[in-house]
Amino acid sequence: MSLTGAPAQRDQRADSPARVDGFAKITGSALYVDDLPCAGGLFGATVRTAMAGGILQEVIFDPAMDWSDFVIVTAKDIPGVNAVKLLENDQIVLVERTFRHAGEAVVLLAHADREVLGMALKRVSLVEQLNPDPIFDIDEALQAEREMIPGNLYADYLLNRGDLAEGERRAEVVIEACLRTPAQEQLYIEPQGMLARVQANGDILVEGSLQCPYYVLDALVQCLGMDKNRLRVVQSTTGGAFGGKEDYPSMIACHAALLALKAGGRPVKLIYTRGEDLRVTPKRHPSRTLIRLGANKAGTLQFIDMDFAIDGGAYRTLSPVVLSRGVIHAPGPYKCPNIRVRGRAVATNHPPFGAFRGFGAPQSIFAMEVAMDRLAKKLGMDPAELRRKNLLRSSDVHATGEVVGADCFAHATLDVALERTHYHQRLAEYKAWNAAGHPTRKGIGLATFAHGAGFTGNGELHLASRVSLQVLAHGHVEILCSNTEMGQGAATTLVQIAAEALGLPMDSVYLAQTDTSRVPNSGPTVASRTCMVVGDLIQKAAERLLRRLREAADLPASYDAQDFAAACGRLHAAKGDALVTAHYHPPAGMLWDEQTFWGRAYASYAWATYIAEVEVDVLTLETRVLDFTAVQEIGKAVHPVIVRGQIEGGVAQGLGFALYEAVLWNARGVMANDRLTNYIIPTSADLGDIHVVLLEGGLGAGPKGAKGVGELPMDGPAPAVVNAIQQALDIDICQIPVLPEYLLERCAAKPPAQEIPTVRREY
Amino acid sequence: MPTTMRINGKVFQSHSAPTARLLDVLRNDCHLKGTKEGCGEGECGACAVLVNGKLVNSCLVPLGQMERAEITTVEGLPEDSALARAFVRCGATQCGICTPGMMLAATALLAEHAHPTLEEIRWGLSGNLCRCTGYGRIYAAIAQAAGGPADV
Repeated sequence: MSLTGAPAQRDQRADSPARVDGFAKITGSALYVDDLPCAGGLFGATVRTAMAGGILQEVIFDPAMDWSDFVIVTAKDIPGVNAVKLLENDQIVLVERTFRHAGEAVVLLAHADREVLGMALKRVSLVEQLNPDPIFDIDEALQAEREMIPGNLYADYLLNRGDLAEGERRAEVVIEACLRTPAQEQLYIEPQGMLARVQANGDILVEGSLQCPYYVLDALVQCLGMDKNRLRVVQSTTGGAFGGKEDYPSMIACHAALLALKAGGRPVKLIYTRGEDLRVTPKRHPSRTLIRLGANKAGTLQFIDMDFAIDGGAYRTLSPVVLSRGVIHAPGPYKCPNIRVRGRAVATNHPPFGAFRGFGAPQSIFAMEVAMDRLAKKLGMDPAELRRKNLLRSSDVHATGEVVGADCFAHATLDVALERTHYHQRLAEYKAWNAAGHPTRKGIGLATFAHGAGFTGNGELHLASRVSLQVLAHGHVEILCSNTEMGQGAATTLVQIAAEALGLPMDSVYLAQTDTSRVPNSGPTVASRTCMVVGDLIQKAAERLLRRLREAADLPASYDAQDFAAACGRLHAAKGDALVTAHYHPPAGMLWDEQTFWGRAYASYAWATYIAEVEVDVLTLETRVLDFTAVQEIGKAVHPVIVRGQIEGGVAQGLGFALYEAVLWNARGVMANDRLTNYIIPTSADLGDIHVVLLEGGLGAGPKGAKGVGELPMDGPAPAVVNAIQQALDIDICQIPVLPEYLLERCAAKPPAQEIPTVRREY
Repeated sequence: MPTTMRINGKVFQSHSAPTARLLDVLRNDCHLKGTKEGCGEGECGACAVLVNGKLVNSCLVPLGQMERAEITTVEGLPEDSALARAFVRCGATQCGICTPGMMLAATALLAEHAHPTLEEIRWGLSGNLCRCTGYGRIYAAIAQAAGGPADV
């Protein structure tokens, strides 16, 4: 299989039409939830628990305050079920008696004046009895006698291939490491928020910043006990999400709707402040991985043994699916006959952790890739050569038992990345630089990885997505789907796919506003699935539409926009059905066993090699990324400018994960640095050049062979940067972010390389 | 006492308290919703506007200091300019919440440096956070608006 030239060599202008949402965003006319008109409306606010789990004994409203102007909602006002609908109904909407973490909602207030509301928040006091010994650490949770749930485990998975003992016998060189990744905040620049109103007929409309309108709708149905047809969820322009607006908007929507139900017809706007958003909404799961790798002297992997654990926080929410993706991605894109990955998602008293770009994969890939460099060092091999020796090729067997087909480009990405960066030359230059006693040290590090697109295993089958195309009489076509534009370019990409499939100009196709009263459920906007899975459905619907227009309205075999419009007019005049729908069908051979992690986990993997070049100041121990090269095979770049934007932005978030973004916890398990002054994300002054190379093998499951790309760029930066720093300073790094304080500790601790904690290791 | 300013070329008199944030005056009194609140403490730049030609975070500015000030918000920028066209073409906007602030930062930068170097662009934008783009597309747009190469 040959790779076609990267789109840089193609005509980008032709492939990359202007974003459909570009003008509104650049002129400031796009309306985000806080911009929506709310005449005569109220503002909402939330009173929350302060302790890390316990019993709520009393709620005291200051008698000196006049509460008559306020709408007040507590758990007893919930008409339906007091639980946020997700995988399991364990997370409560409003605390009635018991609670599990600080920051759980107890009382909702609404008032017409934001200032008065702010003062009132301080006049509601909660009497809480703290549960003894709250747990905030993964291994503590695994060993603790106090159980929040059985075993403190939300999920416990085992991926087991071959025979670990056999691998251990054959291994001549073994390394062992304990690696940790922290919580990471999505830090969408638009804080979360919802606007709810009860309409004249009693129906409820909720608008807001969200990724998954049908998740929100299902949550409202359950919490309000109302029929689906009487509820409507509309997405407002969404100012970034990155996973952070997958599950929590359901909570805020329930709160806003509960307030609206008691507000006598006045709309209620519930917008979080930045601090509140940082303290209570879900972040990336912290992880701890114990990893052992064994190879023969030539560097061929003999076994991979990983104990991968993530902190799920106080409720289950999405943790089992995050864990499953983490486990599947853990062994990396390598051929190895003996693999054991045990994955556990544990319960602690932190606010629940949730979805963030990568969804478990960045954590386990970090461990695997840093461990690969440790193994290379012990073998005395170049890290790139160790990877070359072990990267999967077509007809090898993947960790999940799937035989790798023609769509395998791990080697191609490695070759291109080494060539583009002049890797070997740089390596020699940096070694010489470091030996010369300069005030800085330099290193070049890499990570090779693959990211599966779409829901894991049978997930897409369960979603049973549907997409419709609606023909308008004047020849325009409207796309009806529930997938949301949140900055990633979905609106433009989906319109482009439809326009191309229909042979129409872009301005003849619209994406309908995401409104559950109009659009079918085409699944959530997560898991790098929109372009690949939903785009493919749009293409199928377009083919169906053309067939109908040919059969029922005499659309000629070769046609222009005018012929198309005329055929649409005839279809309408004949009162023919002007709506076509495509349903999801899994690709052939999509068999997956959720119990044994056996089979084809994803319809497509994108392949990548990322290389970081860093410079560390010996005095201040600050790390600067000099250059970053991201090479990935993504099947087909439908819109190269948008794809590059996705990769560049994802790499920037990955560099933040690697170097800057430290969530600090207070004694109650709540984010202590809950401000943008002390939670540091990369600014334009912090980032060096990011070079993106797109390779197109054309074999992905999406339109024209496209694969999902949204999450991929989050996986590689942290291990590539850490490997570069390890090389520059000749030390072992066991956690991120690599802050100067941590490097100071590590450099002082040298030579005894690292400590391996003793924890439960039975399988 | 009311505060009198010129906002996007029009005289505006606000009766809000002198301690009111300029951000709230713009959004609530003037209904100029293009100015966004990202953090409320001057870190993210989503609320950036030009006051007498200088880039400021409107969440940190009390109304009382705005007497006779000349204020430009995103709504006051030309809809069709080299900068706006370059932002669209280069993919400089993704979720768009930082974009109004970025447009004003870019306007201030180009007023000071008609042909900025990459380093000047980096520093010119360093007070405006973008979580989507990794900034590269925004650099390209500004360079292109300044008559530079199409790809940076």
